[in-house]
Amino acid sequence: MSIDITVAITGMNARADNPGPGVAVARCLREAPEFTGRIIGLGYDALDPGLYLREYCDAAYLLPYPSAGDEAFMTSLRAIHDIEKIDIILPCLDAELPGMVRLTPQFDEMGIRYFLPTPEQLRLRNKDRLPELARHAGIHCPEIKTVTHSGFFYQCQEEGWSYPMVVKGLFYGAHIVHNADQAADAFREIAAQWGYPVLVQRLVEGEEYNLTAVCDGSGQMLGEVMMKKMAVTDKGKAWSGVSIFDQTLYDASAALIKAINWRGPLEVEVMRDNTGHYQLIEINPRFPAWIYLSAGVGRNLPLMLLQLILEQEIPELPAARPGVLFIRHAVENIVQQSEFEAVIMNGGQQLNPVPGAGQAATDNQSTAQATGNEP
Amino acid sequence: MVEQQKRENTGAVLPSAQSLRRLAISESGFVFDPMSGHHFTVNETGLEILRHLQKDQDLAELLALLGQEYSVGTRELERDVLEFAGMLRKFVGD
Repeated sequence: MSIDITVAITGMNARADNPGPGVAVARCLREAPEFTGRIIGLGYDALDPGLYLREYCDAAYLLPYPSAGDEAFMTSLRAIHDIEKIDIILPCLDAELPGMVRLTPQFDEMGIRYFLPTPEQLRLRNKDRLPELARHAGIHCPEIKTVTHSGFFYQCQEEGWSYPMVVKGLFYGAHIVHNADQAADAFREIAAQWGYPVLVQRLVEGEEYNLTAVCDGSGQMLGEVMMKKMAVTDKGKAWSGVSIFDQTLYDASAALIKAINWRGPLEVEVMRDNTGHYQLIEINPRFPAWIYLSAGVGRNLPLMLLQLILEQEIPELPAARPGVLFIRHAVENIVQQSEFEAVIMNGGQQLNPVPGAGQAATDNQSTAQATGNEP
Repeated sequence: MVEQQKRENTGAVLPSAQSLRRLAISESGFVFDPMSGHHFTVNETGLEILRHLQKDQDLAELLALLGQEYSVGTRELERDVLEFAGMLRKFVGD
């Protein structure tokens, strides 16, 4: 069944070393024969690459950072909605989720559809709650502790912690640290960028495996794709990976999803330790940046999510196809000054204007004024 | 159960046929484990041994077969096969 609607996708920050998932989600939809609608890319920085990729986005806009508050966000989104008439919004960044979930009544009023977890589901997979959740689902998980003061790192041995360990933000950021000074630096950096709490997690040596899935909100995984990282960037993000199928990882992820009745897309990150056991590292409340691999193995999960939101029949997925690789590459997209100017000055631009629609977006000043984000 | 008994008989020196059967083996010698995502390459001899092990061949049968085919001393053959089997066991996580 053809899907001819307007979908807004966030997370257009497809940086080479640490890409947001938005562009990959857009690519999954754009290349699906079933999708004939418009894609609106939403970003937070005028240098977000996805804002200029007309092969994936038909229009692109800046949003104010989540720290600007719900009102600023909604002012911008309403201005964009007035122009684009958004049918569905797909948030792709961890930090957006709490706000998006809070704002669903306003999305309802605007006629924007979504498929998001409840606040409670979101809380249950918070990094500081992972050990409890993992225990409930019967999967191993390294100990996690909330840290509020960098002094912890100079006396952590007294509490049974040893280096190396991982210092993490609640939403983003993870640094492997080998001594107290490194740990204190990482603590300050994460606290400054993402706020408190800062978490420490015991380091698990091994190989990283990820599973992404769309979940129906009643404890079922509607589709899943698993991947082993083959090469990573300096930030530990996958630079290449290969699809796999491991029943143990499937069962563990299914148990986690059942435990929280997850609703929407998610990514389960695990390490396979040196004894062959999976250790739960994180559950991310959105598609991963490597989601295009799902289209590559014939299981286009972003498309499935749209079908779910639209209450269409979801075709049976083909069997998992282990052995399909992705290898990322960095590409220089040439951007004309006028395009950059439109994003800076007007808060967005039409990349593939609807014939006869005029210059609505670039004439509209309200989105830029509402974001206030520095380029 | 049968698999386990068989492994006990061979002193667990060989990887289990069950584990090896999940491997995707190309005629080129490229081997991929769909469960772990690992891959490696083998030469013609390695490929032949792998095929035999996938069919649940025990060590004595395997050595006898290979002994007929290759002009190499029994002790040397057994050492090489066991070394290869050890690598395979590590690869498939047995």
